[in-house]
Amino acid sequence: MLKYIDKIKEISKRLLNEKAVDIVIGFQKGTIPMMNEPCLINKPENTDSLVWDSNCRINLAKYLTGRNEKIAVIVKGCDSRNIVTHIIENKIKRDQLFIIGAPCKGMIDRHKVASIFEEEIIEVAEEENTIIVRGNTAEKTFKKTDVMQENCALCIHRNPVIYDELAAKPVEEQANIDRYEDVRKIEEMKVEEKNSFFDKTFSACVRCYACRNACPLCYCPTCFVDESHPQWLGKSIDPTDTKTFHLLRAFHCAGRCTDCGACEQACPMGINVRLLTKKLEKDCFDIYGWEAGMSLDKRPPLDTYSPDDPN
Amino acid sequence: MKVIQIDKKNWAKGLERINKSYRLFGPVKENGLHVFKELEKGKLPDLNYLNTTLSPKSVVYPQSEIMLEYELDVSKENHHVMKETEKDYSQRALIGVRPCDTAAFLLVKPNFDTPEYKDPYWLRSYEATTFVGLACNNPQSTCFCTSAGYGPFNEDGLDILLVDTDDHFLAKIISSKGEDFLRAAGWETNIDPDTAKNIISEMKQQAENKITSFVSTEKLKDKEVNKLFNAPFWENLAFACINCGTCTYVCPTCWCFDVQDETHVSSGIRIRNWDSCMFPLFTLHGSGHNPRNTSTQRVRQRFMHKLKYYVDKYNNGIQCVGCGRCIRLCPVNIDIRKICNTMNNYE
Amino acid sequence: MGFIMRNPYLPYPVRIEEITIETEDKNIKTLKLVFLNHDDEKNFSYNAGQFAELSVAGKGEIPIGIASSPTEKGYLMFTVNKVGLVTSALHSMKPGDIIGIRGPLGNHYPWDILRGKNVLIIGGGFAFTTLRSSIIYMLDPVNRPEFKEIHVIYGARSPGMLLYKDELAEWEARDDINMHITVDSTNDPDWKYNVGFVPTVTEQKAPPGTENTYAIICGPPVMIKFTQPVLDKLNYQHDKIIMSLEMRMKCGIGMCGRCNIGKEFVCKDGPVFTLAKLNTMPKEY
Repeated sequence: MLKYIDKIKEISKRLLNEKAVDIVIGFQKGTIPMMNEPCLINKPENTDSLVWDSNCRINLAKYLTGRNEKIAVIVKGCDSRNIVTHIIENKIKRDQLFIIGAPCKGMIDRHKVASIFEEEIIEVAEEENTIIVRGNTAEKTFKKTDVMQENCALCIHRNPVIYDELAAKPVEEQANIDRYEDVRKIEEMKVEEKNSFFDKTFSACVRCYACRNACPLCYCPTCFVDESHPQWLGKSIDPTDTKTFHLLRAFHCAGRCTDCGACEQACPMGINVRLLTKKLEKDCFDIYGWEAGMSLDKRPPLDTYSPDDPN
Repeated sequence: MKVIQIDKKNWAKGLERINKSYRLFGPVKENGLHVFKELEKGKLPDLNYLNTTLSPKSVVYPQSEIMLEYELDVSKENHHVMKETEKDYSQRALIGVRPCDTAAFLLVKPNFDTPEYKDPYWLRSYEATTFVGLACNNPQSTCFCTSAGYGPFNEDGLDILLVDTDDHFLAKIISSKGEDFLRAAGWETNIDPDTAKNIISEMKQQAENKITSFVSTEKLKDKEVNKLFNAPFWENLAFACINCGTCTYVCPTCWCFDVQDETHVSSGIRIRNWDSCMFPLFTLHGSGHNPRNTSTQRVRQRFMHKLKYYVDKYNNGIQCVGCGRCIRLCPVNIDIRKICNTMNNYE
Repeated sequence: MGFIMRNPYLPYPVRIEEITIETEDKNIKTLKLVFLNHDDEKNFSYNAGQFAELSVAGKGEIPIGIASSPTEKGYLMFTVNKVGLVTSALHSMKPGDIIGIRGPLGNHYPWDILRGKNVLIIGGGFAFTTLRSSIIYMLDPVNRPEFKEIHVIYGARSPGMLLYKDELAEWEARDDINMHITVDSTNDPDWKYNVGFVPTVTEQKAPPGTENTYAIICGPPVMIKFTQPVLDKLNYQHDKIIMSLEMRMKCGIGMCGRCNIGKEFVCKDGPVFTLAKLNTMPKEY
């Protein structure tokens, strides 16, 4: 994956030189370990600052809506499915995009690494299958597969489903993945147990809306939390209002979420935000056989009616 | 200068004694992260942390705080007439707070304490609090407190500065409130002031030498405000920002709030909640006009406020203590150090 | 520190005495409010140009310019446009209902400086409320001699959308104030006054800017945008053009942080600013 960057730079530079696109949206090197910052490049010479590694976890499909330019964007498997959803939902036109596809073997969970490394992390160097983490005194090597984001460990669509040019050869898709083990555990809980489980899960939420804002699906001009008449829920950290926010947001993502993990990685409080969206993803799959963003030709099940819909 | 030496073997016992007359707040580990909470009886503050995820501002300034209450039932007396909610402002101690976070309260105070108006909730809470600070022996790589005018052993706003010397805490008394606190705990072992002074001075120097992050702020005051406001670099600096409220909520010097009325059947409350200039609703007019319609404008507002408007208004440095939380927690790696340097060096 | 200052978030209770519909579309109503506690009225001493937060228990608060003049005793008047949650609640209220009021808030028109000067008042639409307060203040027999010539240019979309119609007619009849009422357009054959946008009428009727002439201007952004060049042409220096701004507000006392323009709070350092001052501030309003 580390070798993709040369191809990504080459494609980007070429597109800008030929004026095939107005801007390239990608990542530049971050200012702290294990972070890269999304960036917009509009000059061919600046494409040299692009990076691509296992810290490109932010879903760049977020930055595509509401723009008029012709955009080249670098996307992983999950991100590309969000682009499909954007197109189906009329948020962007296909011909406005030049999609640079980056087959993906998974992103590192920076919070997980920080929690298992005993010191403050000063530097992280990445190799093909490992990362070397350095503190002020300690140093440790981890296998990437051991510190991968949970959604990446369970990913079954690592290759972009839509693209104009690939930055590398497709990677092998993971087989025999049980995506819903954690969801089933919760489904099997008794009501009181489930209730207190969710109470505990969302007790740390500070309503910063990082989860909502990191999500490419959340593009409503006025989010339901900001409506005042009618007012759907309170804005304080009241636990009921907070759980309501998360439940309603998850429902708004039903049939659309690609489990890119942006929400969970954005959360400053380490909340397992994906638990709710995973459940809705499972339901959509079980009930409608639906996977979000796989094809431009199929409309989502919550969008359409078909006579043989269950119930 | 008076310094008390606290043997760590006496730490728990002392806190137990203090808890009889002070409410205690300190860092606790929850969900794998350190945050400040009121300590349950017998629970010790977890001082094994570099800095907390959320700042201690919630101890003085809760995220959601009921201000007023009212009856809506017209058959009740005084219906629709608002009255103040009863509060508990009994003395409390904030234990193990870092010098940067303590100095942050001093930066926030002029907002709530003005000649014309005084915020009773913030001020009463602040004044009831004894600040027992914990000096930083190991600043983080994202700490730039010295650039902001503070430091790992800074004493601004503290009543006591605790210095961790492995089996002891040296407790430097900074105010009479601090003295009262130590006496209430029963920690009364003196240490020779000169010895203490030398130890603390040396540890302070060592800690300051570990600071690796610096920003330039000296030219901010003299820059013309509109020149910075209209500078061309905002679009680029703001691109990645997703306008969540993470930075403002974790920041110890951010104080903006929203006021909401909430009702249940026939009574109600007026509650204030932390708010963020990052949210579009923050400045939306009833007419639909929004002076900060775009993400870039809102990002510019945050940094202009922290690094320029505040500087001009209060003549007391930037509205930032260099704690580094926003840098570590921003989901998209917006870095205030980069922005501060860009603003400072813009010609 | 002893806590003797009143809680600035606690509203004074007031009763609605009267509600009048101002405009033909019924979206603007004037409320006449009376304090429940007489002492509160004494504490509410204000100047023309200031605003107050009207508080509806269970709904919220809104900042509204005080339409009554400090010379009108025993009550306060507010003219409210129905745009959202709180204003809708106010519009559906009846005389006898109890609401709250916090204030007076903000600064006021610079009456000390305006004494001895000619005053040109330009208002548009429903932004005329604090201008009514100003006119009644200046026309009060005690105050009138202190001001020189008073000109008022006030326009609305149509005759039915003008506020305070009865009073406008009264002022029109007086000879110690020059009224230039205008509407954008009208089908009314009996319409006696001007027809034309406020900037146009300003160009035609306003006195020239001099060392002793000040302009107070209050209106929607588009009106201000096109009136300003006219005032420039008439030679009004920017430190003699006085404007009253609007912003989304919550606390109204300069603490919640949302109404800032640069380092000024519109609720506390404003809402009245001279154009000269605004020119030094970031253009974010």
